[in-house]
Amino acid sequence: MLMKRKAGEASRARLSATLGQVSSGPVTRRSFLARAGVTAGGLAALSSLSVGMVRKAEAAGGGVRPGIPVQLKKNICTHCSVGCTVIAEVQNGVWVGQEPAWDSPINRGTHCAKGASVRELVHGDRRLKTPMKLVNGEWQRISWDVAINEIGDKMMEIRGKSGADSVFLLGSAKFSNEGAYLMRKFAAFWGTNSVDHQARICHSTTVAGVANTWGYGAQTNSYNDIRNSKTMIIMGGNPAEAHPVSLQHVLTGKEINRANVIVIDPRFTRTAAHANEYVRIRPGTDIPVIWGIMWHIFENGWEDKQFIAQRVHGMDQIRAEVKKWNPQEVERVAGVPGEQLKRVAQLFATQKPSTLIWCMGATQKTVGTANVRAYCDLLLATGNVGMDGTGANIFRGHCNVQGASDMGLDVGNLPLYYGIAEAAWRHWARVWDVPFDYFQSRFDEVPAKAGRNARTRLQNMQTPGITTTRWFDAVTLPADQVDQRDNVKGMVVFGHGGNTVTRMPESVKGLEALELLVVADPHPTTYAHLSNRRNGTYLLPIATQFEGDGSRTNSNRSIQWGEKVVEPIFESASDYWVIYRMAQKLGFANEMFKNISLVQGKYGPEPQAESVLREINRGGWGAGYTGQSPERLKAHMANQGKFDLVTLRAPASDPVVGGDYYGLPWPCWGTPEIRHPGTHVLYDTTRHVKDGGGTFRARFGVEYQGANILAEGSYSKGSVLTDGYPEMTMAVFQRLGWDADLTAAERASIERVGGANVAAVSWMTDLSGGIQRVCLEKGVSPFGNAKARAVAWNLPDPVPVHREPIYSIRPDLVAQYPARADERTLRMPNLHTTVQKAAVDRRIADSFPIILTSGRLVEYEGGGEETRSNPWLAELQQDMFVEIHPADAAQRGIRDGGWVHVWGPEMVANTRTRMKALVTERVGRGVAFMPFHFGGWYLGEDQRAKYPRGTDPYVLGESVNTLTTYGYDPVTAMQETKVTLCQISAA
Amino acid sequence: MARMKFLCDADRCIECNACVTACKNEHEVPWGINRRRVVTINDGKPGERSVSMACMHCTDAPCAAVCPVDCFYTTADAVVLHSKDLCIGCGYCFYACPFGAPQYPRVGNFGSRGKMDKCTYCAGGPEADMTPAEYAKYGSNRLAEGKLPICAEMCSTKALLAGDGEVITQIYRERVQRRGYGSGAWGWRTAYKETINV
Repeated sequence: MLMKRKAGEASRARLSATLGQVSSGPVTRRSFLARAGVTAGGLAALSSLSVGMVRKAEAAGGGVRPGIPVQLKKNICTHCSVGCTVIAEVQNGVWVGQEPAWDSPINRGTHCAKGASVRELVHGDRRLKTPMKLVNGEWQRISWDVAINEIGDKMMEIRGKSGADSVFLLGSAKFSNEGAYLMRKFAAFWGTNSVDHQARICHSTTVAGVANTWGYGAQTNSYNDIRNSKTMIIMGGNPAEAHPVSLQHVLTGKEINRANVIVIDPRFTRTAAHANEYVRIRPGTDIPVIWGIMWHIFENGWEDKQFIAQRVHGMDQIRAEVKKWNPQEVERVAGVPGEQLKRVAQLFATQKPSTLIWCMGATQKTVGTANVRAYCDLLLATGNVGMDGTGANIFRGHCNVQGASDMGLDVGNLPLYYGIAEAAWRHWARVWDVPFDYFQSRFDEVPAKAGRNARTRLQNMQTPGITTTRWFDAVTLPADQVDQRDNVKGMVVFGHGGNTVTRMPESVKGLEALELLVVADPHPTTYAHLSNRRNGTYLLPIATQFEGDGSRTNSNRSIQWGEKVVEPIFESASDYWVIYRMAQKLGFANEMFKNISLVQGKYGPEPQAESVLREINRGGWGAGYTGQSPERLKAHMANQGKFDLVTLRAPASDPVVGGDYYGLPWPCWGTPEIRHPGTHVLYDTTRHVKDGGGTFRARFGVEYQGANILAEGSYSKGSVLTDGYPEMTMAVFQRLGWDADLTAAERASIERVGGANVAAVSWMTDLSGGIQRVCLEKGVSPFGNAKARAVAWNLPDPVPVHREPIYSIRPDLVAQYPARADERTLRMPNLHTTVQKAAVDRRIADSFPIILTSGRLVEYEGGGEETRSNPWLAELQQDMFVEIHPADAAQRGIRDGGWVHVWGPEMVANTRTRMKALVTERVGRGVAFMPFHFGGWYLGEDQRAKYPRGTDPYVLGESVNTLTTYGYDPVTAMQETKVTLCQISAA
Repeated sequence: MARMKFLCDADRCIECNACVTACKNEHEVPWGINRRRVVTINDGKPGERSVSMACMHCTDAPCAAVCPVDCFYTTADAVVLHSKDLCIGCGYCFYACPFGAPQYPRVGNFGSRGKMDKCTYCAGGPEADMTPAEYAKYGSNRLAEGKLPICAEMCSTKALLAGDGEVITQIYRERVQRRGYGSGAWGWRTAYKETINV
């Protein structure tokens, strides 16, 4: 039996098994380790070999050989967003060892289980080795040429029949920045906005919530800066497992400053085990808890009144909502005692600087955007934004989810957050040197449907696309409900698991209805086995980021250049080459790559990463992405040791990287030659803009309903403007007389951009960088100096309000705190009320009395295919499990380590998932937790046989998303993975 | 000569298992053999603490005392190593070890034990330093290269310390004094017959 070992028992267990006894000592969660070396499925082959044989086979690639020169290559871990530097030892083109990267200011030599085992990725026993195609239900090996030709022909056929929007393009947070950018550009040339990536399902609501509050959707400070905090609240996040190396900074901060670490979570996480205070809440009550904290803050006058007066708009409306959340009501709804929240409130508001750290516990909710906005309001009320040790420390998920978001792999953005309005398209068309009309011609015309107006091509190119949370609904719903020309018919997926999206039984139907499915990934992923497709399915082996060059951006916006460690293994190819070849096949490669250099790659010419980054630099004014030239980024990697551990800054005296912040975190204003240092802490008025200082961004005009929404009496150090000001355009420049400071060349460029309307050229569209250069001289932020918006009037809930989850365990609260009325979100119906009402009417909470929530394990990542295929990791977690409280287990006759059935309210009657039980007080009574990395079982059945031979991960298991249910954020269509209901029984 | 020791700061250890996979990666340790592992007590409850455990390279190592073929030896750095050429896989050392360090591959069809495997403190074995022969039996020899054990070097929170006992004692002591708490040097009394007083 596979169980997890504990206290010194693994070896004892193995021994006792050989002696025919089974030790039955206490079992802890981590165990699930092979006690007896007996393992399932794909492992059987491995364990049936004698150890000596395994050893010999593995040793072929391992260990540094004497007498052969060792090359050291620096790259970045491909798992979470901390961005740990990996140093690879390479001999004769083989990656033979990993060494600690002591110089990196971020990880200082360290790793977690995943980072310490990344070498296996390019060992790759279980990688997809060649392009494959499904022929009548059988996988067949094909050549790259055949694959590209057949896929391209089919895409053109779908385009002809149903339109460009009928091919859904899914990019990846595992791309390099350059890959992500090329994918977004590819979608623009193809003519659709239905291009998305993992940010949709991890922090899309953070990006929307935070950007709508103070300007940009990104972590404001950094992992390292947490060392300055005196109080940290970690709410809806478990960084000890999801971002282990970040704990190095958190725990050191806790020790040096004797800082208060407070964890607010439904689960007593491994992070909570290291906190000073743990607050257990009912899943789905984040807003009541935040308002409950702020109730004490306002009641006791602990708010930062000066900060609010100078830099915040609308706090009075927040105050009015908070007033409703007295301690009694918070306890009734969230289950948290008032006294505890009073203690938390006092620490957070008075022992400053304070930071709020959050992850997907906040974001993956039907009310995700509102949650994030409430979190921001707590920071604003206490004046904890824009200084060292403060801020919204949003820990993002994947290694380049920040970068892929920056590059516009999003249904409503072009690269660098320009949006998709006509002006944005015109800007990028200029950067790309392709006529705007060309892009317009590529988009579909959308006929009037179901009472909705028709859209012209021009309107359609400005309409956000289908999201990865709803693609299968866009395949299977009646055509009139999908707000585009036709349903989705084809899907091209790069680097994304199929088990990461909720409502898996529905996505299986979607998969089966697709005419074309292309999965481009180092592994087959769950897409390969999830459905009963028989044809029209292609798997393309893609190289990992260790097999190519390119930059990636960690959570704190530091951009790090990774160098190729080894050539792509097997028949793998780089993202760059595949996108280039697809563009060639579809007939727009010459235009798309006209200003990008090609270099000789494994299979022929492919885009050069440096050249792609230079193009990004030429157009990325809107987020300060222009100063990060490849040369500067490479210099940072070569000089990592010079950057300070806490400030992330290199000493001014250094000739190469002097004064820079590590990784040139955006905004890094102006051209590379200006040598702006990047911005470590966003919106920091205590520093000069040239030194990485700034203000809140003026994105929403200068006044709202008669009130001034520019900052009052607050400005960044050294600014010549000593009050709020709007974003910088030529019109503003002319009024200030600053246009005289532009050089002739800058002025000529601005006139070319502006044409008849030079006054409208702004800091975002000026391709010369003159406006930004002058701004830096004057010490002003190019994007203006506004108040942050406590109330975001353009969002569905301008003041965040509590709404019960769609499937609530408390139907009694639904009438008072209902979900939003049905509406349409991003081309799809969003039936909040209908589904919630049906759940209440059917008394779902009676038959599904346990709240189900999900999260991460340290050994695995994302959908988990890559990590479950790594034997060094897979050995540590061999079974999918559900954590269940001892009382709930006892009631059901469930024993620790036993098999259980779990089923949910949206599953077809009598279908069940099957997994192991972990009975633990880690979860509260009435709450169950599952890790989300498993796949390869579906409704209790092992799907191993459906993988192409030799590519099945070592460990398979039931996916939590077979159980998760309906529920979508009204702003971003974020899925609800954190609160649903289930029932559990012993199997 | 330095007296090499391991020290795991249980107030820092988050059970991320980097030490475990770093060891697997460095030495290509096969599935089923765990030279290092992380043990968690009070799992899921207040007071939960984790400790990373491996061979502690004891003073007067009990494994050596019981070995019938005398395969153990202690290096000048006080690292306890063994010879796989001498080992007969009897398993006595497993019973003697207070830390559960010795591991045995299963060989043959009747579950018989192969030669014992354990943490080498990244110091290889009796074969010549840094040779393929040494690597095949014991893994890499970082100590001979002037490096410390990879598990401690890669520890995510710098909970696991390796090096000269006096140096890591000093690091731990300063840490505890600065932060005001510390649950002690786990296993030290058993392994080294001493403890760290702060």
